[in-house]
Amino acid sequence: MTDHYITLSLLLFTIGAVGVLVRRNAIVVFMCVELMLNATNLAFVTFARAHGNLDGQIAAFLVMVVAAAEVVVGLAIIVSIFRTRRSASVDDASLLKY
Amino acid sequence: MIHPLLVSASAPPPIDSPTIQYGDLSPLLVVAAVALLGVMVEAFAPRALRFTIQTALAIGGIVVALAATVWVGLGLDRASGDVLARGRVVAEGAVAVDGPSVFMWGLVLLFALVSMLLFAERRLEGGLSAFTGQAAAPPGSAMEREAVEHRIEHTEVFPLAMFALVGMMLFPAANDLLTMFVALEVLSLPLYLLCGLARRRRLLSQESAMKYFLLGAFSSAFFAYGIALVYGFAGGFGLGDIDQAVSNRIDGQNLLLAGIALMAVGVMFKVGAVPFHAWTPDVYQGAPTAVTAFMAAGTKVAAFGAMLRLFFVAFGGASWDWRPMFWVVAILTMVVGAVAAVTQSDVKRMLAYSSIAHAGFILVGVTGAFVGTRDASVTSVSSVLFYLTVYGFSTIGAFAIVTIVRDASGETTQLSRWAGLGRESPLVAGAFALFMLAFAGIPLTSGFIGKWAVFSAAWSGGAWPLVVVAVLASVVAASFYVRVIVTMFFTEPTGEGPSVAVPSMATTAVIVVAVVVTVLLGVVPGPVLDLAQSAGAFVR
Repeated sequence: MTDHYITLSLLLFTIGAVGVLVRRNAIVVFMCVELMLNATNLAFVTFARAHGNLDGQIAAFLVMVVAAAEVVVGLAIIVSIFRTRRSASVDDASLLKY
Repeated sequence: MIHPLLVSASAPPPIDSPTIQYGDLSPLLVVAAVALLGVMVEAFAPRALRFTIQTALAIGGIVVALAATVWVGLGLDRASGDVLARGRVVAEGAVAVDGPSVFMWGLVLLFALVSMLLFAERRLEGGLSAFTGQAAAPPGSAMEREAVEHRIEHTEVFPLAMFALVGMMLFPAANDLLTMFVALEVLSLPLYLLCGLARRRRLLSQESAMKYFLLGAFSSAFFAYGIALVYGFAGGFGLGDIDQAVSNRIDGQNLLLAGIALMAVGVMFKVGAVPFHAWTPDVYQGAPTAVTAFMAAGTKVAAFGAMLRLFFVAFGGASWDWRPMFWVVAILTMVVGAVAAVTQSDVKRMLAYSSIAHAGFILVGVTGAFVGTRDASVTSVSSVLFYLTVYGFSTIGAFAIVTIVRDASGETTQLSRWAGLGRESPLVAGAFALFMLAFAGIPLTSGFIGKWAVFSAAWSGGAWPLVVVAVLASVVAASFYVRVIVTMFFTEPTGEGPSVAVPSMATTAVIVVAVVVTVLLGVVPGPVLDLAQSAGAFVR
């Protein structure tokens, strides 16, 4: 049973990782990162059940808190970029290179 | 009548309250308290006084925390075991207060102290700090002009830097993976914001903040998934538990290996190792220079500290599995860092690639994984600690000089514009040349002793081919450091050269301290090397 949940979590993590690499909108990229963190939570909870201890469940809580803090910081940065450039595309912000 | 089930149900077991060793954690707690107080000051102090209060609070808090660190360091007991180790695990196994932890606490506090002086510099921008007046106002808007007119400043940079400092202190001291993950985020999130707050060239600054944030969040998601897999393998988060599970492993090998690889991605991103280095040049160039200095020195210490603890304590039993990966990454990092730096035309970007190359040199020491023998030779841990000390001070000094070489539009970072700086201001150019020589590892500067220490540790650990590659990479790296010196002293200035602005006492003090440390550690490295050596190994 555990295997199925871990497989699902791996799938979600991979979808998130591929999303970060291929999507162009900063908000969507950021949502993909959140998807990866939620896949992590699923893995934590599954392993907690497999091992029969609560450590993994506590970890899931902390990851949620961290993800929430990341949203605050991330949206602040993305919104300030959007107000400057009228675009949230990660391709448009390309002054820094080489 | 009471239901029999309710009567027979026993009372839940009492929850033991955790014991926290406040004394051992006092440096961390002082800095955290200062950060929170800084937020209060933002809320209640009048605007005109805030900058002074925040500066005094930050610097005073760091000095108190340094004193507390020395006090904790003097009180460390020798731990039992065959290798020298001092200290103990506190806070229910969450934090290890041992020799390397205390050394790194002192180090990041010193770096933060000098960086705060750079943050407090106001003379270069005509009485305003180097940070934007109103981050919410788009660049060039009426709102921004209004903020400049009313001389509004973001004094939040000080509490933000203090929060980052808490993370930098906790990250290398964390003794379980969960604390490590939280510390990583506490260290990173304020830095993302600080990167976007430059007063000049705000588009570059905002862009660097977004790149740093998206890539940093991406890498910490890998780190978190790695933690989940290692937890799945070991059934616990404590580094000691994981060490036992790794040493006694019979199955679940794949979970462990995947976990190690994913966690390595997380820490290698933070140290800026190739192939996870792509953010480094952009962020170093775009961020306000004072923040770059703080970040370059502090994050390296924290991330290498955590990497050492993670791989030496938790995965020490699996070193045959992770060392080949480190070999590849170390070689790539040194070669790519050194070769890419040669082609740079921007000083900040060049320093960023140089920091990548230095991360490679430090990785050589890590890969050696040498725990020392009886005749007190330099161990991997102490050599890395020493290298981080010398690299950090030279880096902060170099970036401090970047802040004072200016023209009308702010800092002049194109290397070609630095031509003739040696005639314009021999002292400043001389100091920068000294830092370049230290980066290149020329004898009688601190960089030479640092390189010697990590290379000898790696050699003793049997990684001699790596040392050969490292020496070759240092030769390539030396070529571009020398090129900067040639540009400054022996090239005719084209058109109007940059001028060296006269900074306040704060920046001058930073440069003087950096020069003194760079020379002193090159001539008499003994005391600091002994201190790093006596820090000993990690406690378990």
